[in-house]
Amino acid sequence: MQIAIASGKGGTGKTSLAVSLFLANKDRARLLDCDVEEPNCHLFLATRFVSRTSVEKRIPLLNPDLCTHCGKCVEACQFNALAEAGKAGILVFEELCHSCGGCTFVCPTGALHETPLKMGAITRALVAGKAELITGALAIGHTETPSLILAVKKTRPDPEVAFTLIDAPPGTACAFAAAVEHTDFVLLVAEETPFGLHDLKLAIKALQKMEIPFAVVLNRMRPDFSSVLEFCKEKNYPLWLQIPESRAIAETYARGGTLLDAMPELEESLRILLDQCAEAMQCNPKN
Amino acid sequence: MKIAFSTNGNTLESLLDTRFGRCSRFLILDTETNHYEILENTQNLNAVQGAGIQSAQTVLETGAQALITGHCGPKAFKVLHAAGIAIYLADNRPIDELAKALAAGTLAELTDADVEGHW
Amino acid sequence: MQPQELVIISGKGGTGKTSITAALADYFPNKVLADGDVDAADLFLVLQVTETQIAEFQSGHIAEIDPDKCHQCGKCAALCRFDAIVTSESGYQVDARACEGCKVCVNACPHHAIEWKEAFCGLWKESRTAQGTLFHASLYPGAENSGKLVTFLRDKARKKAMDEGIPLILVDGPPGIGCPVIASITGAARILVVTEPTPSGYHDLERVLALAKHFQIPTHILINKADLETSYLKKMEDCAAKSGATVIGQIPYSPLFSEAQQKGQSILKAFPTSPEAETLRTIAAILKQKMDESEAEGQK
Repeated sequence: MQIAIASGKGGTGKTSLAVSLFLANKDRARLLDCDVEEPNCHLFLATRFVSRTSVEKRIPLLNPDLCTHCGKCVEACQFNALAEAGKAGILVFEELCHSCGGCTFVCPTGALHETPLKMGAITRALVAGKAELITGALAIGHTETPSLILAVKKTRPDPEVAFTLIDAPPGTACAFAAAVEHTDFVLLVAEETPFGLHDLKLAIKALQKMEIPFAVVLNRMRPDFSSVLEFCKEKNYPLWLQIPESRAIAETYARGGTLLDAMPELEESLRILLDQCAEAMQCNPKN
Repeated sequence: MKIAFSTNGNTLESLLDTRFGRCSRFLILDTETNHYEILENTQNLNAVQGAGIQSAQTVLETGAQALITGHCGPKAFKVLHAAGIAIYLADNRPIDELAKALAAGTLAELTDADVEGHW
Repeated sequence: MQPQELVIISGKGGTGKTSITAALADYFPNKVLADGDVDAADLFLVLQVTETQIAEFQSGHIAEIDPDKCHQCGKCAALCRFDAIVTSESGYQVDARACEGCKVCVNACPHHAIEWKEAFCGLWKESRTAQGTLFHASLYPGAENSGKLVTFLRDKARKKAMDEGIPLILVDGPPGIGCPVIASITGAARILVVTEPTPSGYHDLERVLALAKHFQIPTHILINKADLETSYLKKMEDCAAKSGATVIGQIPYSPLFSEAQQKGQSILKAFPTSPEAETLRTIAAILKQKMDESEAEGQK
């Protein structure tokens, strides 16, 4: 079962929850860090490095001897990654290339073929002996976030486990969509602030559109604000865990500790949380 | 020779548009005949990315040997430079005044991109 | 006169970027604002908005198969690299969300059965606020966030500033280091990174400083929630020095930020006499000084 941990707003405690959820369930779960622009799960886990693989995208490479300057490739490219530069011939702008294969497809002389360009890396590590942590990291200055996320999700589990947990990037746009699509359930981490409520609503709308079931985990609860709590009650959205705002938790986190370090009593709730996700999936199986 | 100017206007008295990638149009002046034509650049308003590259291609197709604009990013520069087009930077002054300045040799030629590209 | 553009980014989300931008919006008297976090735009919640105009934003195209012309040959599906062509009982269809807008299928279809349609990725907005004009947006869920909309908002802000002789543009940037962040900083005069002294904050600071250095933009750092873990302060100063950035201030962890948010105001407006507000004013004054210095430099 694939469960994504997401949030509309950044900084609500998504990674905190993902890491603690993983630790509390390391006998039956693996963790994929899909926040490829800023992957952080590894910072809170004692890991043993296993392997790092480069992730590449295909970009066109021109053989000038075969090029007849017909310009069909330039015309075909929707992203202006190819340009005709007069006597200098065809120029390729690799950072703009979306690897669609359109240019090589239309080239009548076979002057274009594809060559790999590194855009990120996937690292495999083990926690507590055999629990897997897979981390995707995008190369600086690169923009292929959704492709890298898909590559992380395609990695084969070793060993096979019942739960694959996905730490998703913040927001509700294409990066978030790539992380949550085709998952069975999403845990949405929200915080009790006006920004938190606003962004939770966006995230819920996105998940409803994608038809993925979810439950809310409410972080940073305060005695004087309860807009998110009331919103969830009013809409009847499942709210499965509530964690208080606490300077002690913030300080533990700042020292590299996890939620479990600050609140060891959470362990049982975190095991029940995964059971609840499994149960929800059984009650509402897709197709 | 033919000179291309980035502009929002339609005549030789119009001011230069200092932006190259997303200007509305180009005025192409033939200095021998003093005739000019206007080439719209509106497809660039819709370009998802690479607007500078597209504008550079537009200028190339006109046969212009020189371009006068306000700024030129690295990708546009790469295309224009590779094609052998001389690039001159100027402020948003009237086009006819800039044409005279070019003839008098008072405009500086660009040897590298002067601004960062952007999306 | 060219307006100066100050962009506030963070690397890691949740460090206080938007709260700090709102405070700067209350500090500087004359500016245009842009919210570059088009994915989760929150800045308007802590400004006082009086009026908003909204329009749809077009970005790129997507393919659509005409079932009447389709011969079910499957060539499009075979060529699509984005798993965007799916089969159903009604035949081949384009999954609009997965469609990359590359046009390969349109070009390849032997029966010209695929239409090329304009795609709309969200709404853009222009608001009048007590702090000046705000350009912001909301992306449709799952929409591509290539940065084109961010660029569009910055262009709008720049044009407004130039037309009205406004000297400053403040941009609330998005989290991360990808397309929308790149789109929010290229060509900016100055960057302010808001970070926090935590493992994630520090790790992400390194990545975001590398990005700022890649684009060669003068960069300053503000350490928010600074008293949570003091061992990071020296590390962050060293990290900054390596990239040529400077740490210009620290603010302690404070519940006043959430309380100000609850009031729909920046901390400067909600708690003007608080030590946090005082510290922010000092930091803003340093930024102003730096910007005045570059203005003078530029005019030499």
